[in-house]
Amino acid sequence: MLWYGRHSVSEWFSEIWRSREILYFLAWRDVKVRYKQAVLGVAWAVLQPLFTMVTFSFFFGRLAGIPSDGVPYPLFSYAALLLWTYFSVTLAQVGNSLINNSTLITKIYFPRVLLPAAAALGGLLDLVVGSVFLIAMMIYYRVTPHWTLLLTPIFVAQTVLLVMGAGMLLAAMNVRYRDVKYTIPFLTQIGLFVTPIIYPVSFLPHRFQGWLALNPMTGVIQGFRACLFGGGSFDWDVMGASWIVTLLLLLIGSLHFRSTERVFADIV
Amino acid sequence: MTESITVENLSKRYELGALQHETQLRDQLVNLLRAPFRKRAPKEILWALREVSFKVDEGEVVGIIGRNGAGKSTLLKILSKITFPTSGRVRTRGRVASLLEVGTGFHEELTGRENIFLNGSILGMKKREVHAKLDAIVEFSGVERFIDTPIKRYSSGMRLRLGFAVAAHLEPDVLIVDEVLAVGDAAFQKKCISAMQDLRGGGRTVLFVSHNMAAVENLCSRGLWIANGQLCLDGPTHEVIEAYMASFAASDSASNELTAVDGRRGSGEVRYTRIEFLSTHGDLQTVTRSGKSLVVRMHYRASQLIEHPSFGFRLYTDLGTMVTDTSTWLHGLDIPMLPAGDGYIDLEIDSLNLLPARYYLSLFIGSSVSQHVYEALENALHLDIEEAAIYGSSRRFSNKYGVVFFPQRWRLEGIRGASELDVKTAPAVNG
Repeated sequence: MLWYGRHSVSEWFSEIWRSREILYFLAWRDVKVRYKQAVLGVAWAVLQPLFTMVTFSFFFGRLAGIPSDGVPYPLFSYAALLLWTYFSVTLAQVGNSLINNSTLITKIYFPRVLLPAAAALGGLLDLVVGSVFLIAMMIYYRVTPHWTLLLTPIFVAQTVLLVMGAGMLLAAMNVRYRDVKYTIPFLTQIGLFVTPIIYPVSFLPHRFQGWLALNPMTGVIQGFRACLFGGGSFDWDVMGASWIVTLLLLLIGSLHFRSTERVFADIV
Repeated sequence: MTESITVENLSKRYELGALQHETQLRDQLVNLLRAPFRKRAPKEILWALREVSFKVDEGEVVGIIGRNGAGKSTLLKILSKITFPTSGRVRTRGRVASLLEVGTGFHEELTGRENIFLNGSILGMKKREVHAKLDAIVEFSGVERFIDTPIKRYSSGMRLRLGFAVAAHLEPDVLIVDEVLAVGDAAFQKKCISAMQDLRGGGRTVLFVSHNMAAVENLCSRGLWIANGQLCLDGPTHEVIEAYMASFAASDSASNELTAVDGRRGSGEVRYTRIEFLSTHGDLQTVTRSGKSLVVRMHYRASQLIEHPSFGFRLYTDLGTMVTDTSTWLHGLDIPMLPAGDGYIDLEIDSLNLLPARYYLSLFIGSSVSQHVYEALENALHLDIEEAAIYGSSRRFSNKYGVVFFPQRWRLEGIRGASELDVKTAPAVNG
């Protein structure tokens, strides 16, 4: 077995597949550590989007009177916040996954991509717990479920791919340039406003709507809401743009990661 | 014999400049704006390894020795796939486990049991494998009672035992071990060594880095000496260790000048300049013999006034085991100050109770009131101790009888009928 030399793409994937148990244990560690010594434990997964939703409903829904496509504003914003909270919180964790595990990187070999992947998967538990509350809210507001509800995992999966694509890029850059660490919260803060979370896309003047579609989370959140409340009236153009950007980011992220992972241990 | 590890022309280059500066994107941008067309300053280049080649057969236990910074750790890191070589190739056969640190990936908040699973999996064990060996691992670690306690409550010794317990159950084909025996108490070290000896019996290939020459000598059949990134010597362990130890004293020992010795540490306000071996009458002594007296005169030069200095002297065997460590501080002597200028200090030894062999000296000057080190000359020179009629007999002594001898006598009165026995004494020839 030759170690020196770059792995081919298929070797890269087969090595990841063989090391899947490490992925499981790293994700399990992240989850376990996050809630150890937290009295409220997993409840935090609901509390964070819940309080944001309450605040948004009061200021934007009630005081500012922002429309919500006929869906009760709290439900409208909570559905988006569920995915957005996963995206923003997990992106930061994925982006810092390499530098936070520098002792592992310098002392033992395993496929490096397992670190960002574990962070991305570990965040899913919060999302699952948070969606239980979403279901409760839908019952409370008497939303009639449509069969498209079954399509929601597709949008969750797209968010994971997005987090991985952007996250691999940021994590690899973070190893060399610690500036990235400070950039991530800044990016997600701006993202909160350039993604239709507080407002529906239709709220914006028409000439801005096209630009908004370039943000891949726009398609994700719009599609997610359409599955839950809209009975599947998808905006195919926006969703297509969103998938193109997602796959492009995934490609760029993994190519950059693969081209730099050999020097992680030397510079981290 | 099949080859377990093949290393061909391995080189590793580090660019020091890239590590120290410009790690902030901002700095790079600023530099680019300041001088967009200027060439970047050339980076300082360090060759951690240069053209290293060797082969290790299956079942061989090889010790890697060398000074700090010689490239041993870089070699292990490349063999462990942690870092990549700049050029050259490495081929290994079978499952490789590397132990550059005990308990890699341990998390403070997780319990001992949880950490066994995490650590085992990172080291390459399958989940069911860990399940199957869990009881054995827990028993080996000796921390059964605390196995469900978060390891942040563990002592460093317990953590170490737990980490080694996992590693001892890896069953790899090739095991790569860095200086892990340097930590831990004597009992633990012994346990690790016997665990490694079991590995040797099991036909596993082991690569082992250590500064403990006795451990290397005990465990390894073959030694590799790495110096300045190059393979300096490859051969039977004891030959390699002897050559390595002798290299410390490579500076011309007859003159005993210390000014040109390299590899000294310390802040340097005071330095040793010369060392002399004298008789108690003050004459220069060219031959030092077992059991005789000796005065070691250490000349120093202080570039400024030194407050509360402590002079230290250490003696090592040719296998690197410390024989003794003595200092003015240990003797309770407080020297209030050392004026700037030259001077010397004498260490007077009444009886040098060492068996004939080559010994190595390390000299120090530190502070007697703090941890500060002014001067550290490790293995600065060697001292050959020649044979003498140690017990007044004509028997020949050498280091096969140990390192030291004590002032002693055998008493025969208890033997039945001792007074009638005609006990002869071999005549002394060179007393």
